[in-house]
Amino acid sequence: MSDVTAERAIPDTPPAEENYLTAGTSLASWLLTTDHKRVALLYMATITVFFFLGGAAAVMMRIELVTPQGDLLSDDAYNRAFTFHGVVMVWFFLIPSIPNILGNFLLPLMIGAKDLAFPRLNLLSWYIFVIAGILAIYTLLAGGVDTGWTFYTPLSTAFANGQVLAAAAAVFVAGFSTIATSVNFIATVHLLRAPGLTWLRLPLFVWAIYATSIVMVLATPVLAMVLLLIFAERAFGIPIFDPLRGGDPILFQHLFWFYSHPAVYIMILPSFGVISELVTCFARRRVFGYNFMVYAILWIALVGFLVWGHHMFVSGQSMLANLVFSFLSFVVAVPSAIKVFNWTSTLYRGQIVFDAAMIYALGFIGLFTIGGLTGLFLASVPVDVHVTDTYFVVAHFHYIMVGGAVSALYGGLTFWWPKITGRMHPESWARFAAILMFFGFGFTFFPMFIMGFLGMPRRYHIYAPEYQIWHVLASAGAVLLAVAYLLPMGYFGWSLFRGRRATANPWGATGLEWQTSSPPPKENFFAPPVVLQGPYNYHPEHAGPPSLEREPHEPQGGPTERAP
Amino acid sequence: MSGAAALRKPYRSLRRQREAAEFGLWVFLGSEVMFFAGALTAYAVYRALWAEAFTAAARETSIFYGTLNTAILLTSSLAMAAAAEAARAGLRRMTLRCLGLTIALGLAFLAVKGLEYREDIQKHLVPGNGFALAEPKAQIFFAFYWLLTGVHALHMVIGLGVVATLLVQAWRRRRPLASPAFEAAGLYWHFVDIVWIVLYPLLYLAGRA
Ligand SMILES: [Cu+2]
Repeated sequence: MSDVTAERAIPDTPPAEENYLTAGTSLASWLLTTDHKRVALLYMATITVFFFLGGAAAVMMRIELVTPQGDLLSDDAYNRAFTFHGVVMVWFFLIPSIPNILGNFLLPLMIGAKDLAFPRLNLLSWYIFVIAGILAIYTLLAGGVDTGWTFYTPLSTAFANGQVLAAAAAVFVAGFSTIATSVNFIATVHLLRAPGLTWLRLPLFVWAIYATSIVMVLATPVLAMVLLLIFAERAFGIPIFDPLRGGDPILFQHLFWFYSHPAVYIMILPSFGVISELVTCFARRRVFGYNFMVYAILWIALVGFLVWGHHMFVSGQSMLANLVFSFLSFVVAVPSAIKVFNWTSTLYRGQIVFDAAMIYALGFIGLFTIGGLTGLFLASVPVDVHVTDTYFVVAHFHYIMVGGAVSALYGGLTFWWPKITGRMHPESWARFAAILMFFGFGFTFFPMFIMGFLGMPRRYHIYAPEYQIWHVLASAGAVLLAVAYLLPMGYFGWSLFRGRRATANPWGATGLEWQTSSPPPKENFFAPPVVLQGPYNYHPEHAGPPSLEREPHEPQGGPTERAP
Repeated sequence: MSGAAALRKPYRSLRRQREAAEFGLWVFLGSEVMFFAGALTAYAVYRALWAEAFTAAARETSIFYGTLNTAILLTSSLAMAAAAEAARAGLRRMTLRCLGLTIALGLAFLAVKGLEYREDIQKHLVPGNGFALAEPKAQIFFAFYWLLTGVHALHMVIGLGVVATLLVQAWRRRRPLASPAFEAAGLYWHFVDIVWIVLYPLLYLAGRA
């Protein structure tokens, strides 16, 4: 029997050893914990709240857009809804989601450490995040913001009548949390790797989180400064971007996108890490081109800093700058393509098992490819001039951030859920949710490409009737998507109490995190691990996968229904 | 002073822990560099756009206070460096004295800065209505002046808080001198010093050459 067919669940007896969940159950033991695994769960709870808040704003918009008239929301309320949706989803959901939930939980486990380098800083970063979140909720309760998530000047400094100061403060404070976390991650990877775990033996998820952290450390402070400038101009009348006194609003756009383009990679790089882990495990195959996967991650992190001008093709940049930024945007697409090709090559001749996590991963590859290719449309100046500020752009970045990053988050949660909780989720429901998410996403966002290309502008809630059919399709798809997002919350919650107990390594995966018990003990490992080989050792190196004498596939419906 | 008291959870050796504290702080300082770089880039853009207005405005800053503060801050960095070295060598009294001197010089810097701000306000150098100079672009220079010196002063206040905490902890013997915190605090203090060394020519010497 190979690892694949090993038993995943064990009879329902409470685990003998104490684990991180049972070590202290008081409220204080959670709120004052410095255990990275518990901090990860604190983040999970907080981020879920913001996912609901940001999602509620999206629901309002999708209902409003069913008809071409503005029947549900006033002009002003619609502006506030999409701004709130953007601000919350970007800074309070997507950016912290995978790094702070899965990264926090897995990084020390994957490198064989007892904890992150600075455990108290880790807890502090959660508290900072909560304070930022309270500010964001205050912004909403006080009436919301109407500038769009981009805070363009002079709208944000002189004309907007929403709570710009509170929103800017919320994002500013959240930045501290991001920086604290990423400093922690970088130091952890540098200093706490287990003996024998050399750089090129690191799992790709660790590489992805590491590269993301570097981007966070270098990009987030620029956003902090630009928000401070906005804050100073709006609150104290200090001219920075005020054209009447010689200020330049375009300078704001440069500074903002210098942060916000790398922020796209902050959102998507961690997903690359998750998908690499899932694809290799469920194809029972070494990652194809491991070294190139690492170089691609680092290349993206570096070149991602040099392409921000592609957001400003119509802002009055010189044609030379447009062409340079266009060229560099094509350059940054190359490593992403390398990753897609390598995932696909990893599947080739693999013994693919269609478990729920793998379905999420395959869905990710498809959606990310569409999102990435349409990114090339937008990187070429003439096409971009045609579709600037249309739903084409909206569809493109939702394919990356929602079809990509959110699918990866759900896939990663499905994959590591047994490790986090010690319980198996119901596999059939999980597969159903994964498939529903893929199709729900497609129905919601693919129509936006079409209507965007036809000329439907973004951020409008009253539109020409010819676009209604596409909006109705999108809104109907959004219903499916909402069900697909809510369903896992239901069965994950159910599995906490009723799920079967998981073994230490239910998927037969490599990686240090699977070599400790599920859930892990407080100090992560019973004996300090030593690493003797590279990652993803699913078959002997330089030999293909044993596809000729392959094991029979897992029965559909999953082993959770099998008798123990 | 035993090293074992300073060893904390994820580490197996004190040397590694010291490396981590220093390394983590260096990474954080990388972040800080980008923070100031954002504003300095904006400053550079406007100075290139409105060179004359900027040099005229820069002549209005107080070179006396600025130079005095540069001297004070450089001396404080010397004291801080001595404190970190003394802590590493386990010299308790020397550490306490040098930390005290650092705090005194830091407070002196803030006091001088306060006097300078008062003079600036009296000279109507705050951007907005009633600004002293006719050229509107001069207001942009002073926007950066207030913003950069203000953010720098805030960093000073945070640094003072950290150094004062370390002083009290070392005084009460609650933090062993082997703790990596002294060197980490030193790094931060020197960084704030270096920021000032960049701000001083940009805000005080521009237009006076
Ligand atoms: Cu971009």
